[in-house]
Amino acid sequence: MLRDAGLVALKDLRIEWTSRILTAQVLPFGLLVLILFGFGISPERIVQGRDRRTVLEDVSPALFWLAVLFSSLLALGRAFAIEAEDGNLDALQLAGLDPAGVFLGKMLAISAELVVLELVIGGGALLLYGATIEHPLLLVAVLVATTFALSAAGTLYAALGAGIRVRDTLVPLLVLPVLAPVLLGATRATESALYGSASDGWPWAGFLGAFALLYLGAGILFFGSLLEES
Amino acid sequence: MNASELDGPRVKRTVLGQEGRVVSTSSELTRALGVVAIVASVVLVVLGLFVSPADLFQGDNVRLFYLHVPVAIVALYIAFTVTLVGSVMFLLKGSVFWDLLAGAAAEVGVLFLGLTLVTGMLWGRPTWGAYWVWDPRLTSTAVSFVLYLGYLAVRKLEMDPTARSRRAAVLGIVGFANTIIVKYSVSWWRGLHQGSTLKPLDSQIEGLMMFSFFVGVVAMMAVFAWLLVHRFRLAWLQYQVDERQLEVALRERRSEGSSSGLAQGGI
Repeated sequence: MLRDAGLVALKDLRIEWTSRILTAQVLPFGLLVLILFGFGISPERIVQGRDRRTVLEDVSPALFWLAVLFSSLLALGRAFAIEAEDGNLDALQLAGLDPAGVFLGKMLAISAELVVLELVIGGGALLLYGATIEHPLLLVAVLVATTFALSAAGTLYAALGAGIRVRDTLVPLLVLPVLAPVLLGATRATESALYGSASDGWPWAGFLGAFALLYLGAGILFFGSLLEES
Repeated sequence: MNASELDGPRVKRTVLGQEGRVVSTSSELTRALGVVAIVASVVLVVLGLFVSPADLFQGDNVRLFYLHVPVAIVALYIAFTVTLVGSVMFLLKGSVFWDLLAGAAAEVGVLFLGLTLVTGMLWGRPTWGAYWVWDPRLTSTAVSFVLYLGYLAVRKLEMDPTARSRRAAVLGIVGFANTIIVKYSVSWWRGLHQGSTLKPLDSQIEGLMMFSFFVGVVAMMAVFAWLLVHRFRLAWLQYQVDERQLEVALRERRSEGSSSGLAQGGI
């Protein structure tokens, strides 16, 4: 299973590396979302009762994770678009790959892509929204846990839309409510890491880790059922 | 897959394809169930609107309680549990019966969940001063509502029926687990910031109010069961029609092939 996972992950990452869709389209999209949030929320507005902190800085964790979430939808769509052509998913199974391995591999590839996305969008958020990091260790833990939570649940749900015409509209409808708790936890934990107390953030990081593990298990268990064509 | 292999329900008067027979989804059982549902609903209206007293604090607003809470109980605890069980059984056994049952329950469940949200908002406006407050219960119910809309969307996909059923079943199982996670995370979120301030009704209700509530639960369960049975039978008939159409089409195609020769058929 792990060997298959490695093969699939490397294959996906190699495709992304040569096609450059992630760097040329998804990353700029994420940054664009950040800028648009700035337009929507006037940058000068100050939080009432807080000394000189802007609204934008105050809600920057939420905006950051929303930007990541929307961009990750594109990455997830890509991950299964490349399999849709020429019956690739069938071919993967015909090649004798374990469905659980295929799930893990796709999840790992998406995780790697998400890390890149988070670093770039996060850097953009720090610059654009003027946020500062209080507790870097907590932030790293949150990023890691959220990455796996997003990729595990995202891969499972994106597979539900694999190989169907209306994938582009269906997958966001399926994935976003499922990821709502992840957005909630990641935002709260990031708020703690940026300007709160770390002790508030760690339980949320644990929650995100548990969420990731749960969906990892569900993916390994159910991915085979999703891949079968009939 | 052959239709006779499937363990379907025994439906009287609904023999498909027999000329001159009206195809219907009703039977003695559903008629009795329908009568129970109607009578209980009428009793609920009389009790809830006229007989039961106004609340000490909430006045007449309390009357929404007799509809809102039963509807929520049916949606959240009964309907989606049926979907969960149907989904698990479908993945284990692969029989169309469980798949259709899961789908029918989800469809009626979404209807009841929508009613829960609407009645809750109508109640919230006079009680809390706003249609929507970010109470854990409201928030998690709204997310579950969208989640099951997604489930229904998957069931409507144009693709191989068996593969679609399998995807829907996975969604029915994981979605159920996810509603629990949503509920947990949202209560935790609100719990961190504020105590549970919103208690729509004191838990100490008794006498006539308790009885009205009880009638409400019975009435809504009867309505749910009645809708579920009909929806399921409709889905079952639809399934049989689809199967039959395929058979007929295959037979026509074969006879075409034998009379005119396959060579002219082209690719």
